[in-house]
Amino acid sequence: MVAALGFRLGQMVLVMFGISVVAFLIFFATPGADPSARIAGRNASQETLIQVRHDFGLDRPLPVQYGLMMNRLFVSRDLTSFVNRGQRVIPTVISAIPVTLSLVGGAAVLWVLGGLIVGVIAGATRGTFVDRALMILSLVGVSIPVFWLGEVANLLTQSRWHDSWLFSWVPPLGYIPLTENPWGWFKALVIPWFTLATLYVGLYGRVLRASLIEMMQEDFIRTARAKGIGERRVLLHHGLRTSLVAFVTMFGLDFGALVGGGALLTEVVFGLQGVGKLTYEALQTLDLPMILATVIYAAFFVVMANFIVDVVFVIIDPRARNVG
Amino acid sequence: MNAVPRPLLRAGDLSKRYSVGRSIFPAQRRTVHAVDKVSLDIWPGETLGIVGESGCGKSTLGRCLVRLTEISSGSLEFEGRDISDASQRQLRPLRRQMQMVFQDPSASLNPRRRVGDLLADPFRIHERLSASEMADRVADLLRRVDLSPQHASRYPHEFSGGQRQRIGIARALALRPRLIVADEPVSALDVSIQAQIVNLLADLREEFNLTYVFIAHDLSVVRQISSRVAVMYLGSIVESGPTDEVFAAPRHHYTAALRSAVPIPSIDRARRGRLVLKGDLPGPMNPPSGCRFHTRCPAATSLCRSERPLLQSIGDGRLVACHHPAGG
Amino acid sequence: MSADAPLLVVKDLTVSFRSDEGLVRAVGGVSFAVEQREIIGVVGESGSGKSQTLLAIMGLIDSPNAIVSGSIRFMGQELIGLSRRALDAIRGRQIAMIFQDPMSALTPVHTIGNQIGEQVRAHEKVSAKAARARAVQLLDAVGIANPDRVVDSYPHQLSGGMRQRAVIAMALSCNPALLVADEPTTALDVTVQAQILELIGRLRDQFGSAVILVTHDLGVVAEVADRVLVMYGGRFVEEGGKSSVFRAPLHPYTWGLFGSIPPMEGPRPARLAAIPGIPPSLSNLPKGCAFGPRCAFRHDACLVQLPIMQGESHRAACVLPEATRRQFAVQKAGGVEMQR
Repeated sequence: MVAALGFRLGQMVLVMFGISVVAFLIFFATPGADPSARIAGRNASQETLIQVRHDFGLDRPLPVQYGLMMNRLFVSRDLTSFVNRGQRVIPTVISAIPVTLSLVGGAAVLWVLGGLIVGVIAGATRGTFVDRALMILSLVGVSIPVFWLGEVANLLTQSRWHDSWLFSWVPPLGYIPLTENPWGWFKALVIPWFTLATLYVGLYGRVLRASLIEMMQEDFIRTARAKGIGERRVLLHHGLRTSLVAFVTMFGLDFGALVGGGALLTEVVFGLQGVGKLTYEALQTLDLPMILATVIYAAFFVVMANFIVDVVFVIIDPRARNVG
Repeated sequence: MNAVPRPLLRAGDLSKRYSVGRSIFPAQRRTVHAVDKVSLDIWPGETLGIVGESGCGKSTLGRCLVRLTEISSGSLEFEGRDISDASQRQLRPLRRQMQMVFQDPSASLNPRRRVGDLLADPFRIHERLSASEMADRVADLLRRVDLSPQHASRYPHEFSGGQRQRIGIARALALRPRLIVADEPVSALDVSIQAQIVNLLADLREEFNLTYVFIAHDLSVVRQISSRVAVMYLGSIVESGPTDEVFAAPRHHYTAALRSAVPIPSIDRARRGRLVLKGDLPGPMNPPSGCRFHTRCPAATSLCRSERPLLQSIGDGRLVACHHPAGG
Repeated sequence: MSADAPLLVVKDLTVSFRSDEGLVRAVGGVSFAVEQREIIGVVGESGSGKSQTLLAIMGLIDSPNAIVSGSIRFMGQELIGLSRRALDAIRGRQIAMIFQDPMSALTPVHTIGNQIGEQVRAHEKVSAKAARARAVQLLDAVGIANPDRVVDSYPHQLSGGMRQRAVIAMALSCNPALLVADEPTTALDVTVQAQILELIGRLRDQFGSAVILVTHDLGVVAEVADRVLVMYGGRFVEEGGKSSVFRAPLHPYTWGLFGSIPPMEGPRPARLAAIPGIPPSLSNLPKGCAFGPRCAFRHDACLVQLPIMQGESHRAACVLPEATRRQFAVQKAGGVEMQR
């Protein structure tokens, strides 16, 4: 078991190394994309360019450049943004992490609960009116673009009905740190949470329903019924429990991708200075160090989430335990 | 030409190994000897039955014999020609001579194509025929397996399991092969249909002078159709010989146990000291030392635990791999 | 209820399914009784309705398109139309079931002990610990060599034979009066099948359960049953004591079944006496005798008249005069004897 964990960790490091190399090559070694021109700004003279190239080590061979870059990114952590001079990349990303984690974590709680409720109820009432209504609702949820939903929520809660008793509690857009003011943190995030979770409740509800219905056709469900245990127990203890495998896999991947910056639309709409928004801005200004940092950060979370999924998998599915 | 009869197919020390375990650690992958040094001759006109329980390697052996899977080691000769290393391209002319019939014909019949087209495929690949010639050949094939030529325009799902197996047989027959390897061809069928297919296979054998390798777990079916049988246990042949003799007086204790375990539809055979084996089949991943069967064998001694018996002739065309053969 | 009243009385049981092709009648009005401690073998091919009959007894036909009618009285209580709660009080406790495929019959994510304990605790007020102890005991009783280890194993860690033993242990956990088994040995290897059949035969002695054993294999019936029911096209075509049915079968279909099985001893026939044709489609059953179209003895009456079961203890549903069939029966049985 320890060996397996070590092996997985080694694998993770390798994957991250690969991603950092690819990201580096895309942004620094693509022909025509001379980073020194970006750094020096428009209309820079040839001498300035050469000077910049030398200062940033961009005239050295590529492997050395890569090494320098990684050194500045992870060891000395003094890599600065090309655009906002003096802004250090690593602290900026680190300060964005709690925002993104708060947003995605809260939304994840909502969508897991919502997905479970929708999936189980629809699966259990398959073919009835309840099932059909839930499926239409979740299809709507899946189809609504998150930025549109966010804007509408903002319109209603920030301006249109902000002064009504219903939404007067909603604070202005932005993030309030949990450590400073937990209640404010909650109030600031509750609407973004629901906005982000809507899509996933629909998605997870539909997936869980399908997998539950499939499981309920299995032979072992018939065995469970033959034992004379109630239908609720059959559904939850045997049907849902075996359906969770697909659910957990999906959750891990989605969670990792969102924490890795995938929630950028929600962050932008609600003015949350998270990793997604950071990436978005860095891409707009082609701020290469920032892009590199966020890409590697995102890769870390996706790989990490994969790892956690694998571990959880082994816990919920005994069949995965004695592989090999 | 030399007049000494030679086997149609000869396997020498044929082995098939798999490495298993989806494990990401190469060190934890283990090798399974699905087929472990099997030697056998298949003579023209005979039907060799191969019996054994699930996991004994009989299906893998069947696939190796027609080179549907790669052979790990050993030799394989078809009419004296070594085909153990032949490439798929070199094998192509041989495919006409060796065909296979599977347990589940539906899996090998494309559901979106008409039966007539499916049956015409072999002709398209191997022969140049006009459309009408092809239609005639297809109609003829369908008649041979007791279906009607009108069935050519239907799709596989419109047939019952037994009829689909007839189609599978017709397809195997299309190019007039000399050898057909049938892997559990009747085990998915109902008893009454099973009998029809067994009869059909016997009739076709006469009509086309076919040689069969008939692989099945059902002893009574194998006994009915085979002239010679080979009994497999964990990848190896433990006993072989003429069907009637092997079934009437098994020499290997495993054969005896298998035979005694078959429920007989008769009340007069009131349990006369049934030999019920203890325990389960050991996994092929870690087969027992010495004689593979010693863990369940009633006659096992310490010799059986340490030394593996070789398949040896005991006369009358019978071979047995046992240190202490039964009823000798 | 008196001590010698039948345990289970099924009257005119019909199971149909609404489908696009019209009403599919899987079971077409069957009646039979099971005595206490009796082992009944139900023989039939796929589509004969034998499995659906069992599922109807267990109340496990839950398709919204299914129509189950008739009467199933178990220890005097009518099972058809029973509420789920009342049904759950009976199944698992007084009637238990063993399934065909032990590979898929157990929930993969729970241990064997958990699954047996779940059934025990559904019917008896016992602690989790006591339920586990019972599970170990039961596993031991069904011949599992190391029950302490197996009780904590997951299904995938066990071989097919072990899993089937675990399923049987589970079925026995509340000492049921009736055990219904749907092809319990079909998915198993023949040496393991022999072990399981021996176990089922022993159950009656040890647990006093009656057994309904559904199978396609006459050999299995010969091995364990007291009484034989032969099913074809959703109806019984023959019923009788085992020795009577095996010595002198009275229905042409039963003759065909015997003729279809290759003998294990004696001379081998050049060809098997197979039944021609294929079983009828349940959505389009022939008008008269369902076996009529495949029967070598059919005459005009067979195609219009639905034969009813006739006879005393050994009955068959055939329009041929019984005397004629008795003659054939001797021949057929003779053939079987000769082949044996």
